[in-house]
Amino acid sequence: MDNTIVSTIQSEPLMPHETSEYEPYEHVYVPQHRHHFETEDQQREAGSFGMWLFLLTEIMFFGGMFFAYLLFRNWYYDAFVTASNQLSVPLGATNTAILISSGFFMALGVWAAEVRKRGLLVLFLILTTLFGLAFLGIKSVEYKEKWDKHHIPGASFDVSEFVNPAIDAKTGKPTQKPLAPDAAQKTQLFFFLYFAMTGMHALHMIIGIGVLFWLLWRAQRGEFSAGYVAPIENFGLYWHFVDIVWLYLFPLLYLINRHPLK
Amino acid sequence: MSEHIYDAANITNPEHGEHHIVSPAQYSFVFITLLIGTAITVLAANFDMGVFNPIIALAIASTKAVIVILFFMHVKYQSNLIKMTVGAGFFSFLVLITMTLSDYISRAWGLW
Repeated sequence: MDNTIVSTIQSEPLMPHETSEYEPYEHVYVPQHRHHFETEDQQREAGSFGMWLFLLTEIMFFGGMFFAYLLFRNWYYDAFVTASNQLSVPLGATNTAILISSGFFMALGVWAAEVRKRGLLVLFLILTTLFGLAFLGIKSVEYKEKWDKHHIPGASFDVSEFVNPAIDAKTGKPTQKPLAPDAAQKTQLFFFLYFAMTGMHALHMIIGIGVLFWLLWRAQRGEFSAGYVAPIENFGLYWHFVDIVWLYLFPLLYLINRHPLK
Repeated sequence: MSEHIYDAANITNPEHGEHHIVSPAQYSFVFITLLIGTAITVLAANFDMGVFNPIIALAIASTKAVIVILFFMHVKYQSNLIKMTVGAGFFSFLVLITMTLSDYISRAWGLW
């Protein structure tokens, strides 16, 4: 493959922004360098730029759901507070820590690829995958509980817990404010958004774990430990983006409606 | 033949960011910061601060998100093009939120 740069000689006078100094550019051929890019840096930047454009469309995609949550929370505030208290903060916080750890190992994986350590890269990718799977495991425990309590929106949704909250044995008072039957129906909206947002997030993670297996297979063949790190880097961007979505989901769904239990 | 060489492809003075490698120590520091942020946001939820609960929660979440974007996603070490792209994306998102929200608020005027 002929990768030499053909300089464009022109006879017109120089424009003010053009330089008359010419430093010969040394072109080093590397196998991953596509011939339509002038330099490796240019190729790398074009890749990151494209990945970021994709992530911007993802911001808009999740943004619609975040907006729906913002609006309906304002409209049906009491129902959202009551329904939100059904979620387990310890499980949510654990999952946040697990996801941050997964992102940390992904970041270390990018470093391992950059310094060309194949063994470490494979190890970090495995850890990223394991923490991702742990997150999905805890998420499925949470979903199972909603299923058992009939808190999945639809025909068999059960509002009884919101209309007649459990009575605290010590004080003899309800553990939370009872909702009127019509207001209690609005808790379905909270659970609908909960499943839509966390479900879409989980789907992104499942796709990500699929890609991780593929990257692992290529990494252990040494494809990313000889100077070519773009797939690892760009997948890292995707994985961190999924982290960021959760960093917002956790406080919005689990935390902000919480009131100190007296 | 002219001596001048027209650098149309932007080769001799490339503006592309150098490939900067973030060290594991720096990643560890970011990791611990994010865990501390998570602990703070859980603690803050236990205090009833009225309207400030969501504001504080979102402020902490945004701080964590910016840290992830700058260091885990390497935006701090990227070229201006990438920085502008990321900034423009989040800015457009805020514009869309603001415009949609102002529409909803002004339709049910006084009922919010």
